Amino acid sequence: MDDVTASASTTAPIAGRLYYRHSLPVRVMHWINVIALTIIFMSGLMIFNAHPALYWGKSSYTGRPPILEIGARDGGATGAIGYTKIFGHEFNTTGVLGLSREPSGRPAARAFPSWLTIPDMQWLSMARSWHFFFAWIFVVNGLCYVAYSLWSRHLARDLAPTRGELAKIGQSIKDHLLFRHETGEAATRYNVLQKITYLVVIFVLLPLAILMGLAMSPRIDTVFAGWVDWVGGRQSARTIHFIAAWLIVAFVLIHVFEVVITGLWNNLRSMITGRYRIPPEAPHE
Amino acid sequence: MNERTRSSRRRFLARALGAAGALFLAGCERLSESQWFPKVLAAGERLSEAAQTLVTGRKAMAQEFSEADLSPSFRSNGTAEPDSEAYAALAAKGFADYKLEVGGLAASPRSFSLAELRALESRTQITRHDCVEGWSAIGKWKGAKLSAVLDAVKVKPEACYVVFYCADPMADDGTDLYYESIDMDDAWHPQTILAYELNGEALPIKNGAPVRLRVERQLGYKHAKYVMKIELVDSFAHIAGGNGGYWEDQGYQWYAGI
Repeated sequence: MDDVTASASTTAPIAGRLYYRHSLPVRVMHWINVIALTIIFMSGLMIFNAHPALYWGKSSYTGRPPILEIGARDGGATGAIGYTKIFGHEFNTTGVLGLSREPSGRPAARAFPSWLTIPDMQWLSMARSWHFFFAWIFVVNGLCYVAYSLWSRHLARDLAPTRGELAKIGQSIKDHLLFRHETGEAATRYNVLQKITYLVVIFVLLPLAILMGLAMSPRIDTVFAGWVDWVGGRQSARTIHFIAAWLIVAFVLIHVFEVVITGLWNNLRSMITGRYRIPPEAPHE
Repeated sequence: MNERTRSSRRRFLARALGAAGALFLAGCERLSESQWFPKVLAAGERLSEAAQTLVTGRKAMAQEFSEADLSPSFRSNGTAEPDSEAYAALAAKGFADYKLEVGGLAASPRSFSLAELRALESRTQITRHDCVEGWSAIGKWKGAKLSAVLDAVKVKPEACYVVFYCADPMADDGTDLYYESIDMDDAWHPQTILAYELNGEALPIKNGAPVRLRVERQLGYKHAKYVMKIELVDSFAHIAGGNGGYWEDQGYQWYAGI
């Protein structure tokens, strides 16, 4: 983008060179994950639509109101409205949450809109089939990834932050907020914030979503009677599952944002062919 | 790069993303409505059943709760009152004429009156009812152990499933009676009962009077209400839609452990 600096740069002999960043197994598992998580998320929203309310506790009917509720009701003069109620505070979310148009153009009372769910129409049994099938693909893919990362030392080499990196985490946070990115030799490694984020997503967030999903299974609850109460009960597990799903979405949005601003094509190529072009060093300010 | 090429590139990207998304969604819709793809997805159900049975063991017990956990009122879902004259006549007499027929692959098939069911070995349990929709309610159930009923009719070894035929028609014209089925692991399980009491009172009509099934390790739709007849079979392929239950015939999973 800035030809003058690139040619003038003498301090980065490796800049501009392609290097092999992502191994084939990592690339394949990454894209399987993209497809599986997309389907799991969207079919999950369809399952949520079957009972669009979240509770805290062992059951839904404890005498306490739900902590989140999405619905449609008569809005008086304005006609039907879609609403979202969080901790008793109601928001008008007509058009997106509670009341939205289906592909036919007909407005329908549904929590999440059809463009966010699989299938697009209210079809709980089909959503469950998609959800659980791709959950298996996701779990098997994830186990393969962890095994491969240990065996190939991807985890130790590329993901585990060093003591020195951890000491400079403040600088890394500042760099991210200023959209300053690694160049030259530093760009051949993940930065410390990136490493920590990946580790948290891989070893905390994704397993939490799976575990809370399993906590909703009446059969898995029998593994050890009462274990679901450790997180507050089955309805709490459902709420945590929902929050974890949206935290994963938040991660994906930030991840894609970083991919775009640090060079979309370069990043995409590295996740398809494995080769990443090292950005030239930026001029010192 | 000048501003114009940058913004046109951005517009191209946005459109490409939108088109890819639309294509992806349309593809998923076609797959959902195809003949073959739902059969592929069903592999997930079989895998879940095998894995969950392996991990939990065949005899694992469902969690039981305390009186403090009871839901203030136990939600009724599905049929709240069967639309059938025969059922209405039974209900009008307080189910005094009720007879539960038990037959099929049994050496001594017979029927049970409500009093006879009450005389069988019973179990009282406070359990959580998990609906496939996502909600849960906790209730205290008392009923005859299904194992006691099975012992009484002497189950033949070739029996693989227990089918429950119900009084509630699911179609407006009075046909399509609700039914369900479970395997022998669940049938002999100590928490599997034919409940006639909820929260210390006779089972209300909205919750399945006079007798409903409790099969605590599975989702709500397996817990057939208004049970009129029980049949031991080696296969349910010949019954109704052939999938082992009313909701199963509509595409729901026969194994409802998750």
